[in-house]
Amino acid sequence: MNNQTKLVPTPGQTVGPFYGYALPFDKDNELLAPGSPGSIRLQGTVYDGAGHTIPDAILEIWQPDAEGNVVQKTGSLVRDGYTFTGWGRGAVGNSGVFTFTTVNPGPTSPGSAPFISVAIFARGLTNRLFTRIYLPEDTEALANDPLLSSLDPERRKTLIARRDADGGLTWDVRLQGEGETVFLDFQ
Amino acid sequence: MPEETNAQLDTDESVPPAEPKAAHMPLDRAIETQADLSAEINALGEAYARALKEGSPAETQPRLDYPPYRSSILRHPTKSLHHADPETIELYSPAFGHQDVHALESDLTIQHNGEPQGERIIVAGRVLDGDGRPVAGQLVEIWQANSSGRYIHKRDQHPAPIDPNFTGIGRCITGPDGSYRFTTIKPGAYPWKNHLNAWRPAHIHFSLFGTEFTQRIITQMYFPGDQLFPLDPIYQTIVDQDARDRLVATYDHSLTEPEWALGYNWDIVLTGPKRTWTENEALGAAGDEE
Ligand SMILES: [Fe+2]
Repeated sequence: MNNQTKLVPTPGQTVGPFYGYALPFDKDNELLAPGSPGSIRLQGTVYDGAGHTIPDAILEIWQPDAEGNVVQKTGSLVRDGYTFTGWGRGAVGNSGVFTFTTVNPGPTSPGSAPFISVAIFARGLTNRLFTRIYLPEDTEALANDPLLSSLDPERRKTLIARRDADGGLTWDVRLQGEGETVFLDFQ
Repeated sequence: MPEETNAQLDTDESVPPAEPKAAHMPLDRAIETQADLSAEINALGEAYARALKEGSPAETQPRLDYPPYRSSILRHPTKSLHHADPETIELYSPAFGHQDVHALESDLTIQHNGEPQGERIIVAGRVLDGDGRPVAGQLVEIWQANSSGRYIHKRDQHPAPIDPNFTGIGRCITGPDGSYRFTTIKPGAYPWKNHLNAWRPAHIHFSLFGTEFTQRIITQMYFPGDQLFPLDPIYQTIVDQDARDRLVATYDHSLTEPEWALGYNWDIVLTGPKRTWTENEALGAAGDEE
């Protein structure tokens, strides 16, 4: 096997408007059954550059479990109601709002800032965007986080969720303009 | 009237039904024609060709900011993507298995009681990472229009027939060598509302996972020789011809099955992996090459 061979990646394309009958599936946004111990709601709204909500975006989240373990279990597409697989998919509704039922991700190493990895797809978005949702609580970990500390304070706020009164998380996506979310390039 | 209703002019559910003779209706607002759009597309293409000649690196991905695709105007980030080193969770992918996907889901022609209309095809290939290593045991999802260019989607109001024997959704899990294979129907081209007389070249939407979440892509596979390529603002969001060619399948007679279906080959390359692989993982994924 020759690891020196570098192939050029296949380009992405927009998800288009017609994913709605193909990508969503039953309980796609329930990483945990709603109401089960430790479950929280993660919700947010996707906005365009004019500040309008986008009705045709779909998000995927991928996260460690509450103890900070990266889970490698199958069963995301056919959920048994017990197995936490760490991955979920949630299309926004007509109001541009997405919701997930999940757990607070744990730190993957002591003192690291817990976050949820996100991929965003939308009609009009020519390629997927990656970003992160950080939990707001551990301010010391947030201050030491390599990604967050490389951003100016105004921009880093876009990656940190708000804690709701009911224990849930709210985190909005702004694709463009004022308060534009920080999107990531890993290459 | 399907795909891509212009967000500034129409909101999704309020889009009126398509008129088969829309082109003959009186135009009550300035409507952009294909000639207008082609001029924009060509100008961007020529600027890119000049930049290449002057030594700029080739672009391999679509431009997020590509105004001829009108829906992208308010939906592209204006700040450049922020470089980050993938960490922990990002260095792994969700695990999918045969619990998630039934083997029959890779045949889109057997999901109903009867045979779908159209040209039966096989689309097969391999999913590889940037090091050429097979992406084994990962999820591939596809969706597409039927042979007359119509999606089973409430927002698709193109006045072309729905095929009661074709839904247009398939899934499979890649084999140990990264291989995937679908049996389906060749999709039709379809009109959309980016501009007057806009048509999408025939395509199949593909959703792919790698071994790391940062390799996740959704894209579209096209068919060789489509006359709509130069006219399509979505295909042209990729300004580099070599990069565009990577989305076009190859007719492959060795995949064609006698008296049954025409075969197309399309290999997908994801970005290079960042995780340091253990010996076992490397051997497991490339086992049949050892
Ligand atoms: Fe499409």
